[in-house]
Amino acid sequence: MEIKFDHELDCSGLSCPMPILKTKKAVDALSAGQVLKMIATDPGSTADMEAWTTKTGHELLSASEEGGKYIFFIKKV
Amino acid sequence: MATENSNRLAIIALHGTLDLAYPPLILTTAALALDMEAAIFFTFFGLEILKKGNADKLKLAPIANPAMPMPVPNIVGVIPGMTAMATGMMNSWMKKANVARLSELLDLAVEGGVRMIACQMSMDVMGIKKEDLIDGVEIAGAAAFLTYASQNAITLAF
Repeated sequence: MEIKFDHELDCSGLSCPMPILKTKKAVDALSAGQVLKMIATDPGSTADMEAWTTKTGHELLSASEEGGKYIFFIKKV
Repeated sequence: MATENSNRLAIIALHGTLDLAYPPLILTTAALALDMEAAIFFTFFGLEILKKGNADKLKLAPIANPAMPMPVPNIVGVIPGMTAMATGMMNSWMKKANVARLSELLDLAVEGGVRMIACQMSMDVMGIKKEDLIDGVEIAGAAAFLTYASQNAITLAF
């Protein structure tokens, strides 16, 4: 099922810690309940996004990998 | 050691080499993304990271560094040009992996509110003046760092 999102952020090519810094900025700009789609190519981003959502309390709706691209849907609480 | 749910990161940066300047800046900027607060206490050669326009000029030492991918015997490492060569190699790997430059991470840390504390005593010893350092730096001593760190901080030194 395709997840609806309100904003898309492409972090392709960026290395740690830039994807989480950019994700934080993007989620801060959303309203509660809105969803961010984030795309990364850093394989470490899977563990980092899990950790980041656990710490910040935002909801990681989905994390998947497709042809070297890591795709995350994060719902702002 | 921090107790559970620490929300504060306190790092001591002791070295002014390319490889050792990265961890304090990566970890403190990551802390900002995690809604944590962070401080770095720059002491002795760590102050080189804070010198205006210096962050991207830091070098990697091939001497006494047996972990170099192409091991450089110390006797070779002392030859003029070897430090520049090792530095150029590391910079090219970092660029290839798309890692942010030290100056970018430094700007992000300062803009994001990481407390950048320059050690007064080290500045006196090394003849470094406030105006030699980037804007946004505070100058303080060990007590200031320990007071900050004593409030349930994760503490690390590089």
